[in-house]
Amino acid sequence: MKQFIAFVRKEFYHVFRDRKTLLLLFGMPIAEIVLFGFALTNEIKNTRIVVCDYANDAASRRIIDKLEVSANFEIERILMSHQQIEEVFREGKIKLVVVFPANFNNDLTHLNKAQIQLIADASDPNTGGTLTNYASNIIMNYQSELQGLQNIPYQIETDIRMIYNPELKGATNFVPGVMALVLLLISVLMTSVSIVREKENGTMEVLLVSPFKTILVVISKAIPYFFLSLINLSVILLLSVYLLDLPIKGSVLLLFAESALLIITALSLGLLISNSTSSQSTAMIIALLGMMLPTILLSGFMFPIENMPVALQVISNIVPAKWYYIIVKSIMIKGLGFSAIWKETLILVGMTLFLLVLSIKKFKVRLA
Amino acid sequence: MDVILQNITKTYNKGETHAVNDVSLAVEKGELFGLIGPDGAGKTSIFRILTTLLLADSGTATVNGFDVVKDYRAIRNQIGYMPGKFSLYQDLTVEENLSFFATVFNTTIEENYDLIKDIYAQIEPFKTRRAGKLSGGMKQKLALSCALIHRPTVLFLDEPTTGVDAVSRKEFWEMLKRLKVQGITILVSTPYMDEAMLCDRIALIQNGSILSINTPEKIISQFPQKLYSVHSAQMSRLLTDIRYFPETASCFSFGDAHHVTFSENKKLQNELLTFLKTKNHQDVEIKEITPTIEDCFIDLMK
Repeated sequence: MKQFIAFVRKEFYHVFRDRKTLLLLFGMPIAEIVLFGFALTNEIKNTRIVVCDYANDAASRRIIDKLEVSANFEIERILMSHQQIEEVFREGKIKLVVVFPANFNNDLTHLNKAQIQLIADASDPNTGGTLTNYASNIIMNYQSELQGLQNIPYQIETDIRMIYNPELKGATNFVPGVMALVLLLISVLMTSVSIVREKENGTMEVLLVSPFKTILVVISKAIPYFFLSLINLSVILLLSVYLLDLPIKGSVLLLFAESALLIITALSLGLLISNSTSSQSTAMIIALLGMMLPTILLSGFMFPIENMPVALQVISNIVPAKWYYIIVKSIMIKGLGFSAIWKETLILVGMTLFLLVLSIKKFKVRLA
Repeated sequence: MDVILQNITKTYNKGETHAVNDVSLAVEKGELFGLIGPDGAGKTSIFRILTTLLLADSGTATVNGFDVVKDYRAIRNQIGYMPGKFSLYQDLTVEENLSFFATVFNTTIEENYDLIKDIYAQIEPFKTRRAGKLSGGMKQKLALSCALIHRPTVLFLDEPTTGVDAVSRKEFWEMLKRLKVQGITILVSTPYMDEAMLCDRIALIQNGSILSINTPEKIISQFPQKLYSVHSAQMSRLLTDIRYFPETASCFSFGDAHHVTFSENKKLQNELLTFLKTKNHQDVEIKEITPTIEDCFIDLMK
């Protein structure tokens, strides 16, 4: 145990004496939060939406047909209460619900005025906004068709409701993404590079020829980066709450616990990379290509996974950041508890165990 | 016998590069044993096999009676190893490096201070300096202190004096002699032939094979021929001219003189002198000398 503490202390010395890297580590999350502040526009195709048609009359069916033929939507017709709507949103498969009130056609033909309610999941503000725009356009299109035919000023009002993120703040989208990115970057990149550095400098040679359990060498490397990542996480959360006015709706404790899980996933991956490479530059390239790119491209943080080709959608399942992104959005924005994210958590736990076992198996007690 | 190698062979690149070829040697308890050979002779490979860092392709090796493959953990507890490259933490101070290695080896600086006192005392004034900022000689003293801090029974020093100035090299060998008195078996490798004389026994190694194992004195006494040193005012022309002399068996440049042997071990120094005078050499000086280890090495390489 004394050995282990001495080792961890040594690692902290390394981290704190490398001022440039340290500055980078703490500067990066701040820079990224600011950079990703520019929201991105997305196009949506084949999104599954739910239609609650309480009217079931000529006019409502006509509008539903129009929604159906557009390339943007795949429609499911179910009647559901508001409570049920909330539930399908939480599952995350449905992003938009269109509600026709009873007597829709009646209101329209007799009062010349009827209402349709559009309820969107706006935890991803781009998707939410785009979806309601598409739907409104189609409805307006029907309205002008009617007017053109009969020259009566029919009016259909769309009542748009954004839930989870009524003000469509972009931050809700990128803060979880930046969290995933920063945690993965620090943990994967820094651990793998710092272990490989010992190999390159020849200090690993001396450490191997010592009674110290070699696997502990590697574990004690991971510890400083575990704590650094948690500090970074706190910085990001503080920035998002006080600078971007994005409150954390769910439990902060749960958020930290899930983040700790992702950090451990990332550390195991970093160990795996460092056990498989022998130069710092190789480790860095693998960490960047293998972690950064998939995290940015395939986690759903920049580009919605629903829009990707099926092959990429399947691949996105092995990207830890995808699951973490879902978890963080659920906790921070939707304010959900553990019962809503246990499946994603389980997947991350499984990935971590797999990576840990693999990296321990690959660990060499000799040089070659 | 503290260290035994039997028929050790090691290849790299899937058998294409032969680093160590069927090497056998034994080091006795308390001996200062030198592995002498040029770069690429296989010294580091042998050290890494003995320190359990590499697996040999074939052959067996033991350290303190423990097998380097099966009982590698036991060996790692007992030996001290100083790799060829300076392998301490450059961003830690002198004292932090030493106390880190002491802790890793389950001991403290205080416990074994008497063993390293001689060496460490010289760098102790700089104990708050980062290891990366030390001079070559001081780095090497620190590395040796770190390798000794747990009182190893066998010490492996891989080219400890490479890249170190002449004064520090001399000091370093004096330190080794004092450690030998403490009963520590020391295996040291070096490309410097002049250091061979400071060892109890040496193994001359070239291209992965051992040329000879013996005490330095015996190796020198086994030099098969009379050896002459030749000096003149024009040294570079002298080398070509001596080689042109029909009875010359070998002639090599050695510092400020050329070392010459004659065919069939004849004593032809006077004939050579006359020959060189006909070639217009001034101040020619020829004398018989005792061979050095380097002469023996070159002779054995043939």
